[in-house]
Amino acid sequence: MAKIVVGQGSCGLAAGAGAVYTALEEKMNPQVGAELTITGCIGICYLEPIVDVYDDEGKLYRCVQVQPEHAETIVNAVASKDYSLLADIVIKPEDESFLTQQTRIALRHCGVINPEKIDAYLADDGYQALTKVLKTMTPEDVIEEIKVSGLAGRGGAGFPTWFKWNAARQSKGEEKYMICNADEGDPGAFMDRAVIESDPHNLIEGMLIGAYAIGAQECIVYVRAEYPLAIVRLTNAIKQAREKGYLGKNILGTDFSCDMRIKAGAGAFVCGEETALIESLEGSRGMPRLKPPFPAQAGYWLKPSNINNVETYANVSWIINNGGDAYAKIGNENAHGTKVFAVTGKVKRSGLVEIPMGLTLRQVIFDIAGGIRGDHEFKAVQLGGPSGGCVPAHLLDTIIDYKSLNATGAIMGSGGMVVMDETTCMVGIAKFFLDFTTRESCGKCVHCRIGCKRLSELLDRIVAGQGKEGDIELLEELCVTIKDGALCGLGQTAPNPVLTTIRYFRNEYEDHIYNKKCTAKQCPALLTYSIDAEKCIGCSLCAKKCPVGAISGELKKTFAIDPNVCIRCGQCINSCRKGAVVVE
Amino acid sequence: MCCNHENVDLSLIKDVLDQYADVKGSLISILQKTQEIYGYVPIDAVYHISERTGLTPAKIMGVATFYAQFRFQAVGKYLIMICKGTACYVNGADRIADAVMEELGIGDNETTSDGLFSLSLVSCLGCCSLAPVMMINEDTYGSLTPEKVVKILRDIKAKEGK
Repeated sequence: MAKIVVGQGSCGLAAGAGAVYTALEEKMNPQVGAELTITGCIGICYLEPIVDVYDDEGKLYRCVQVQPEHAETIVNAVASKDYSLLADIVIKPEDESFLTQQTRIALRHCGVINPEKIDAYLADDGYQALTKVLKTMTPEDVIEEIKVSGLAGRGGAGFPTWFKWNAARQSKGEEKYMICNADEGDPGAFMDRAVIESDPHNLIEGMLIGAYAIGAQECIVYVRAEYPLAIVRLTNAIKQAREKGYLGKNILGTDFSCDMRIKAGAGAFVCGEETALIESLEGSRGMPRLKPPFPAQAGYWLKPSNINNVETYANVSWIINNGGDAYAKIGNENAHGTKVFAVTGKVKRSGLVEIPMGLTLRQVIFDIAGGIRGDHEFKAVQLGGPSGGCVPAHLLDTIIDYKSLNATGAIMGSGGMVVMDETTCMVGIAKFFLDFTTRESCGKCVHCRIGCKRLSELLDRIVAGQGKEGDIELLEELCVTIKDGALCGLGQTAPNPVLTTIRYFRNEYEDHIYNKKCTAKQCPALLTYSIDAEKCIGCSLCAKKCPVGAISGELKKTFAIDPNVCIRCGQCINSCRKGAVVVE
Repeated sequence: MCCNHENVDLSLIKDVLDQYADVKGSLISILQKTQEIYGYVPIDAVYHISERTGLTPAKIMGVATFYAQFRFQAVGKYLIMICKGTACYVNGADRIADAVMEELGIGDNETTSDGLFSLSLVSCLGCCSLAPVMMINEDTYGSLTPEKVVKILRDIKAKEGK
């Protein structure tokens, strides 16, 4: 039977997939002879809302940027079996390459199956890995298989997963916990949200396999409160898994018993740090603990605990089904398997990109994401969020693995890839991240609490045109001090955005400090507004819009801006229809 | 932070406390349910939670103020959350925030005098590919421009007869 599948991840819904679904529902009737259903995030976010139409033979017609008014066309095409009717909305070949250039393992079910139905997951090899593990493998076998695969933590640090599992397995104690860090706090990363929304059973299966390996009786998923849809779908999935006997007592008739619950986070970036996350799970302020002891020895309620992020768990069932060797063959000598990146910012095609380790940044940004939007130029890519750094154009051929990315001063991080063009000010972006980390510092260590605040103030001064000689050196010194003195990952990496921007864009800092200039034209205090006499037609629109009365002139003659009164708000630019306002 | 005692109906959180008061480590869940019920965490509720759980009001406030999610004042009918994540920042989130502030005459964490809108600037809503993004209650709006934002707000005002 033909199928009409509407992509309903958060991005799709934000783009209007809900209204599209409702419109399709209204047009559907039994004579159409098709099933209307939903799927999660297809990952081609820039073409949302997406509707996948499958004909009777299962051939796919992917319709993109679908609006409610297209519903009739889609239903007519399916009812008449004349799929040429879809020609206007079907995806273009150049856009199809966004997906065909990817290698999908963690995201393999995303945008393919219905995330609200366990049967859809079961039909696509779901819970086969768990069955294989429980019926034919010892916990040690599982850990060995993960070791062979070379899977490393996909949340940022890249620590070998098998090592953590093994440490938790070796820890003495009857009561152990398997925890999932779904507190995806890096601004610019959303792959974990996509996995939970689109393939929640894959997360459950991965966690259960891990729980069996370390000997845990309970799994806890710590999800960001900002992800309501993820919480709804995971809650539903847990209920279904329990009903089918994949969760609870004596799973699949074996001695293994394990249950799962969700804990909603309450909005604190530092809770992505594993010991802070544990504090938060215990109902306290999310402030990191001193390590050792590591969570594997004394974690949740001081019991042995293992924490991995969503994407890490999402690889586990594939590894068990296909073998650690098969996974290890993907990637390069430094890093095995795949990594999901959320490519956003000034690229033509933004979305989720899962690639084998070992490709270059250029391949991801230009070949897959289509390069820079408009007629702008690539300037830098920000990797790893507030803990990461900005990589400049001359390093675009850097290979994507943990070692090579670390060498640039950035990190792999959780996979946020925010692309910037020449209109982004690099001092401004450093300030943006420092404002963020200052706000999110838990306040425990002096170096992070006060050091980040001082960094942020210094940057404020520089973008306000009050930078002075020695500021760059002071920034560098303070950065090193914070890195050395902070207890947890947040503080130790907080200076990275400043250090990498100074390393690669020192000239911009110097321009701000010595020449009082912002080449990206983003720092208001360093800009001068004037009116181009050639283009001005004297319409007075700008003068009317100016909130401080800085613009004057006679009708039909050239107007002028008084720089001493101007507050550089930019309203005149927005109001001028002739492009006569010049910013320098 | 608001420290005025208000008249809130504490019986509304009885069920929540019956379920969680004696379960260790559930303070954040209690606060989340409390906020779901009242729309914010009233100071009277904090004292009441303290009596039922045995945790000091200082400990409860310590936890509540640590997390960005908790509010201590009632919010308007429409809560606007503007994303200030990296992708949104790069795509001009500041201009979106300015447009909302100018249209409504309120700043971050403020509510309009008619009680219709509250504004909150948040770190990342995870819809980065549609940047810049904002949420109004449960609905997400993407690829915004200052003009689009003004239209969205005026449509809501019109619907509410303002």
